[in-house]
Amino acid sequence: MSGVTPSQTVGPYFAYALTPSRYPLHEIFSTDLTGPGIEGTKITLTGRVLDGDGVGVTDAMIEIWQADAKGSLEHSTLGSGKSNSGFKGFGRCETLAEGAYAFTTVKPGRVPGADGKLQAPHLGVTLFSRGMLTHLFTRVYFEDEAANAEDQILNLVPAERRPTIIAKKVGDNAYQLDIRIQGGDETVFFHA
Amino acid sequence: MSLIYPHESFFEAHPKHDSPTYRSTAKRHPKQPLIILPHTMTELSGPVYGHEVVQEFDNDLTRQHAGEPQGERIIVQGRVLDEDGRPVPNTLIEVWQANAAGRYVHVVDDHPAPLDPNFSGAGRVVTDENGRYRFTSIKPGPYPWRNHHNAWRPAHIHLSLFGPSFLSRVVTQMYFEGDPLFPYDPIMNEVPEHARHRLISKFDLDVTEPEWALGYTFDIVLRGKNETPMETK
Repeated sequence: MSGVTPSQTVGPYFAYALTPSRYPLHEIFSTDLTGPGIEGTKITLTGRVLDGDGVGVTDAMIEIWQADAKGSLEHSTLGSGKSNSGFKGFGRCETLAEGAYAFTTVKPGRVPGADGKLQAPHLGVTLFSRGMLTHLFTRVYFEDEAANAEDQILNLVPAERRPTIIAKKVGDNAYQLDIRIQGGDETVFFHA
Repeated sequence: MSLIYPHESFFEAHPKHDSPTYRSTAKRHPKQPLIILPHTMTELSGPVYGHEVVQEFDNDLTRQHAGEPQGERIIVQGRVLDEDGRPVPNTLIEVWQANAAGRYVHVVDDHPAPLDPNFSGAGRVVTDENGRYRFTSIKPGPYPWRNHHNAWRPAHIHLSLFGPSFLSRVVTQMYFEGDPLFPYDPIMNEVPEHARHRLISKFDLDVTEPEWALGYTFDIVLRGKNETPMETK
């Protein structure tokens, strides 16, 4: 019936509303999705957002969205909207110096894919910034998951580009992945 | 109710990532082709944030400080709908904007216009069961930027919405009917021409409150429509 309202850039000045840790507005969202009673393996995911010159993007916003450690989305709009533990499944981070970002969360469980098979553990990711009129969709997988080999969506990605969306294990429960918006080793983005 | 999100609705409405008249897109768009993503539960679901996250005065940007802000008081209201025109209830809208002089409180805004100690320009509102929202603010001023010589942004309010899924998520900007800066603004004009009018709020005398504030109506349509029999597998 009605046409979708077009996207516009988040611009350079979103922080005092969307990621207001340095401003007076109370925060709704966090870079830390864990909390007391939340089941699963606590992990960190860190990296940088880089532009076509390989320069850190210092005014981007990354959002992550995920299943809980059991692969349930009970906390989502498809479930009751609540989980027993208070897990929300959603995190938001602004990039600052060098384009760095960091999340603390739990390793997601496996949720069904479009082919009916279970997907490998992954995060849904959206990226917003000045210089992007429409946000970008990508995903983050984890290199220590055997299920990556059979993941329907990873298998849609040419093999040589898959590492751009598979976070490297850099320590105990610590993962690292840079998001390269453009250029060599450009991150795989999706039309979602 | 489960919704589907045809990829066509995305292409039809949204500006391209590579938008040459908006210079900052040059190094911030992918050059590799985007891969069409089959929608799974990850995409078809979304986070739940409702009334519990909104505090008093979040929906009235004129009452967040000790005094009254400078400028023209406005009421902005409308409905959030899906592509079938059904209301999207209980969904969070985050808003932010410049003050009446065209200055943002953000630390990197160096436009030589005054800050207003009584105006921060950030707010939040949640749609009601009929998809309606309403907030009170000050009409933002236009402001200069460095995209090209003598570049000025038309007055606008930034809006960030979630809707029912990760696919309905959108960040947009609402403009004001009749702004003479429209023809010169690359950010607006990189939107497909047929869809540009969807970004423009309308002055609304029925929303206007006598001796208090001008009213503007802005309906927002998010991705998502009912699966029709033709489209079932």
